[in-house]
Amino acid sequence: MWTDPAILEWIFILVKIIVIFGLVLSIVPYTVLAERRICAWIQDRVGPNRVGFQGLLQPIADALKLMLKEDMLSNHVHKVVFTLAPALVFMPSLMVLAVIPWGSAIGPMTCVLSDMNAGMLFALAVASFSVYGIALAGWASNSKYPFLGGMRSAAQMISYEVCLGLSLVPLFMQTGSLNLSAIVGYQTQHGWLMVYHPVACFIFITSLFAECNRTPFDLPEAEQELVSGYNIEYSSLKFGLFFLGEYANMLVASALVTTLFLGGWSLPFAPFNAPAKVIWVGLAHVGIFVAKVCAMLFLFIWVRWTVPRFRYDQLMALGWKVFFPLALVNIVVVAVIMACRANL
Amino acid sequence: MIVERPKLTIWDRLYMPQILKGMWITLKHIPMKRFTRQYPEETPPLPKRYRGVPTLVRDPEQRVKCVACQLCEFVCPPRAITVIPGFRSESGPDAKVEKEPSDFIIDMARCIYCGLCEEACPEEAIFLKKDYAMASYTREQMKLHKEKLLELGGIHEDRICKWKKK
Repeated sequence: MWTDPAILEWIFILVKIIVIFGLVLSIVPYTVLAERRICAWIQDRVGPNRVGFQGLLQPIADALKLMLKEDMLSNHVHKVVFTLAPALVFMPSLMVLAVIPWGSAIGPMTCVLSDMNAGMLFALAVASFSVYGIALAGWASNSKYPFLGGMRSAAQMISYEVCLGLSLVPLFMQTGSLNLSAIVGYQTQHGWLMVYHPVACFIFITSLFAECNRTPFDLPEAEQELVSGYNIEYSSLKFGLFFLGEYANMLVASALVTTLFLGGWSLPFAPFNAPAKVIWVGLAHVGIFVAKVCAMLFLFIWVRWTVPRFRYDQLMALGWKVFFPLALVNIVVVAVIMACRANL
Repeated sequence: MIVERPKLTIWDRLYMPQILKGMWITLKHIPMKRFTRQYPEETPPLPKRYRGVPTLVRDPEQRVKCVACQLCEFVCPPRAITVIPGFRSESGPDAKVEKEPSDFIIDMARCIYCGLCEEACPEEAIFLKKDYAMASYTREQMKLHKEKLLELGGIHEDRICKWKKK
């Protein structure tokens, strides 16, 4: 019965769902801790180191604190949308993780929940969904600072979503596929796409910073001007879900960069540059993927505590006047090079 | 002074080199020495003349040095001190001294640690010690009474011991 392929398929799907949830719910709280500690280190401080060894139990304490807080619901908010918004921020990140290959294969199980042919298209479409949560939270709060935060978020999303999509076009032209597994497969044979497309990589990562509302583009939050933007009216678990969503979005962004530009689960030498045939290589591939994602998360944190926030008009100017033309030129240049190489 | 707005070169206006430079600086700070003091375990070094909690002291023969003249009460700018004068016992080491406070209250919620009481005291009976963590849960607990003040003050090793000779 166990060897029945149909049943095995279901078991595999369940295992993958558990793995993805496990990855998110274990990496995200520790990203928060890492952020606080790295921030402290950069500022020559110590950071939270009291709860557990070196503060390793701090995320649990934080979560408990959030759960025990009173869940405030002001009279002037739009109740349905207000309650829905935090979930809308968190959900898309989980949906994107479904199409990302987090390993090659462990035994007979491929390490991707949904091996979609239009995977990247799906990821882009769903990832841009998270801005609804923020915009709706700002609108439903019915109060000025959240409203400004929500508006800024929407404007920022429009400016950077375009560059995000356009920067990836050269990749699709080269690999000839929108399937994320196929893109990783291409990289195992031809080397990481970051080497071929440094400009695209740069635009993509910068746009992701804007997508995730991270400094230097954290205008929707902007604690100095907007107090804390869209989530002012939120408390308790709803606020916690926003928080979780922000970091889950960061995780997804890191996973996307890893998959598209850093060769996904592969390393450019012998046992790791082809889909795994034995189990330990398969597990190593998962480890490599997680390590790369963590490195990207470190980059996110590192940039946040280095670069100050952009002014609003600077942000728009950068999006529309620099990145947008740069992405278009990049497409043309790559197209010309590919045409020359095909004909010569 | 008028500062000329500097003319930016293309290199400056690219913005990226400066960001990378900044990132290098923050990266260098990660393994650097931390300036945090782990407070309850590590206490800060206090200067010699640090003014902490005001206390009452006894002389080497266990006499309460305070004679309840109430000068400190008078000089105290935030009126944190209340002295209730009382009489001493007629016999024993206290025989020659006229008065002592029957209670001596310093409200630590009001005290500003100015040290004027120490300065004003003609008997050298009140001293500001180096303890500074005097927090309590209630206002009532913030009021330090005579016993507590004497306990904090301890014995002042004074060479003169004027009540012995009188």
